[in-house]
Amino acid sequence: MSLELKQIGIIAQKEFWDRIRNRWVLAVSVIFTFFALVIAYFGASQRGVVGFSNIELTIASLVSLAIYLVPLIALILGFDTIVGERERGSLDLLLSLPISRLELLLGKYLGLSSALAFSTVAGFGLVGLFLSYHIDLPALAQYAGFMLSTIFMGMAFLSLSFLVSVLAGNKTTASGAAVALWFFYVLIYDLILLGILVVTEGQVGGDLFPYLLLLNPADIFRILNIFGLEQVKTLYGLATVFPESLASPWVLSGAMLFWIVAPLGLAYWKFR
Amino acid sequence: MNEPLIEVHRVTKRYGEVLAVEEASLSIRKGEIFSLIGHNGAGKSTLFKMMLGLLQPDSGEIRIQGEAITGERFRQVRRGIGYLPENVVFYDHLSGRETMRFLGALKGADPGTIMPLLKKVGLEEAASRPVRGYSKGMRQRLGFAQALLGEPRILFLDEPTTGLDPAGIREFYLFLKELREQGVTMVLSSHNLAQIQEQVDRIALMKTGKILTAGSVHELREQLNLPILIQVSLEKPDMESLRDALARFPECGLTPDHGSATIRCDRRQKMPLLTALSELQGIRDITIQEPSLEDLFLGYVESPEISGKREAKVV
Repeated sequence: MSLELKQIGIIAQKEFWDRIRNRWVLAVSVIFTFFALVIAYFGASQRGVVGFSNIELTIASLVSLAIYLVPLIALILGFDTIVGERERGSLDLLLSLPISRLELLLGKYLGLSSALAFSTVAGFGLVGLFLSYHIDLPALAQYAGFMLSTIFMGMAFLSLSFLVSVLAGNKTTASGAAVALWFFYVLIYDLILLGILVVTEGQVGGDLFPYLLLLNPADIFRILNIFGLEQVKTLYGLATVFPESLASPWVLSGAMLFWIVAPLGLAYWKFR
Repeated sequence: MNEPLIEVHRVTKRYGEVLAVEEASLSIRKGEIFSLIGHNGAGKSTLFKMMLGLLQPDSGEIRIQGEAITGERFRQVRRGIGYLPENVVFYDHLSGRETMRFLGALKGADPGTIMPLLKKVGLEEAASRPVRGYSKGMRQRLGFAQALLGEPRILFLDEPTTGLDPAGIREFYLFLKELREQGVTMVLSSHNLAQIQEQVDRIALMKTGKILTAGSVHELREQLNLPILIQVSLEKPDMESLRDALARFPECGLTPDHGSATIRCDRRQKMPLLTALSELQGIRDITIQEPSLEDLFLGYVESPEISGKREAKVV
C-alpha cells in the first residue's frame, strides 16, 4: 500500500490552521506561559524566597503541573477527530476522495501534534527565554528536555484520544472515555500501584513496580524529567524504587514512543 | 454509450439482523443519468456507499471502470468520481471557497476552477462567508459544487434536490443535462418519483433492500402493463350508451360520476377503445391519463407478486 505524503500534508495543514484560527493554540500557549511564570517566580516561596532561583526545583514543579494539564489538553484535542467527522457526516465525503484511511488518520495526527507542539514551545519557551537570563547553559538544556518530553507526553495522550475517537459510537461517549482515561492515568494509576505496595507491604509487585510505571505515559514523563535532576531525585525518593538500568533516557523514550505508536496503530486497525 | 461503467453484481449488506441490501445487481452505462428510487430506508444510501467503496459488501462484487472498488488502483478511479452525500454537512468555520479549496486539494483539482464552479451554482457572492451562515439550499449547492471538483466523469448524487426550492431544482436538472452532454455518467438517488421521472434515462426501483426492476420509464410501463385511465365527460348524464359501447370491452371498468365517467382499461386496448368512443354521440371531451412513475412505484410496492416475476428482467 502506498502512502501519498501530499494528502497527509493537506489534512495536517487543515487541522493545524483550524486550531490557530479558533485560537486554541493561543489559549493553550497563554495557559502554559501563565502557569510556568507563576511557578518559576513563586515556586520557591515555601522556602521563603521569591524570584527566579533554583532551576531544578522549577522544572520539578513544572513537571507536576504538566502531568495534570497536558494529558487533559491532548485528550480533549483529539477525542472528536474521527467521531466528530462521522457524526457530522463529513467523513463519508472525505473518504470518497482519493485519500486512504491511513493517510487521513496520519494527517490528522500530524496536524494536531503540531498544534500541541507549537503551543508547548510557545508557552513554555517564552518562560524559557526569561529563565535564560538567570540560568546557565546545562540548566537551559534541561529545560529544553522538559519541553521536548512534554510534547512527547502530549503526543502519547493524543494517540490515545485517536483510539477513543475511532472506537466511540458518538461524541458524548468519546468525551466521557477521554475524561475517564485522564482520571485513570493521571489520578488513579499511581494510587493503585502505591496501594498495592502498601497493602502487601512490598511483597507483591515490588520487582514489577518499575515496569508497571512504564505502562503509564504520564509516569514515563515524570521519570524522564525527575531522573535528570539530582536534587529532586533524592527529594522524590525515586532512586530507591527505580533501577538505574531502566532510567536510561533511551529506554524511557522508547517506552514513550511505544505509547505514541501503539494506540495510533490500534486506532488505524479499528478504523479500516 | 452502452458499455457498462458501473457493475454491481449480487451485492448483499447486512447490519446485524437487518438486511440493508439484498442480492442487488445493476449495470450502469457510460453517459447515462441513472436513478435509484425507493422510500426512505429502502437501502439506496447503503448501496451508494458500497459503490463508492465507503462500505464493504458482505458478499457480491462492485466494479467501476473495470476496477474492483476494494483494489489499490481504485484510488485512481476515485479521482474521476464526484460525490454528494445525503444531508451533507461541511465545516462551519470554513467559507465556501475554503471548503472547495480543501476538498479540491485532496482531489487534485485545479484551484482555478473553484470560483467558476461556485459561480455556476450561484454561490459567488457567498464564497467568502463562513458556511455557518448558509441556508439549507446553499449548503446543498455547495455540496453540488464540490462534487464537480476535478472534472469528474462519474457523479454520485444522494438525494441531490433536498433543500432546494423549485427554481433551484429546475436549475439543477438543467445542469445534469449539460453534464450529460459532456459525457458524464450520473447516479442519483431519490424518493421523489414525480420529480425525477422526466429527468433521468433509466431508473431502478428499490424496496426493502432489493432492486425490483430497472429500465427506462417507458420500459417499466410496458413491463408492468399498468392500466390507463380515460376520463369521458358527457353532454347529458346518460350512461346507457356508454355502457353499450363498453360491452365489447369486458375487461374495462366504468366508474360513473355526475355527467362524466372514468374508464380503467388495459393499455393494449387503448386504441380500439378510443375508436369506439369517438363513434359515440353525446361526448363532450376525453382525457387520457398515462400511468406516472408514481403509480408504477406504488404498483410495485403494493404487489410483490409482480416484482417476483420481473426479477429476471433486471438489467
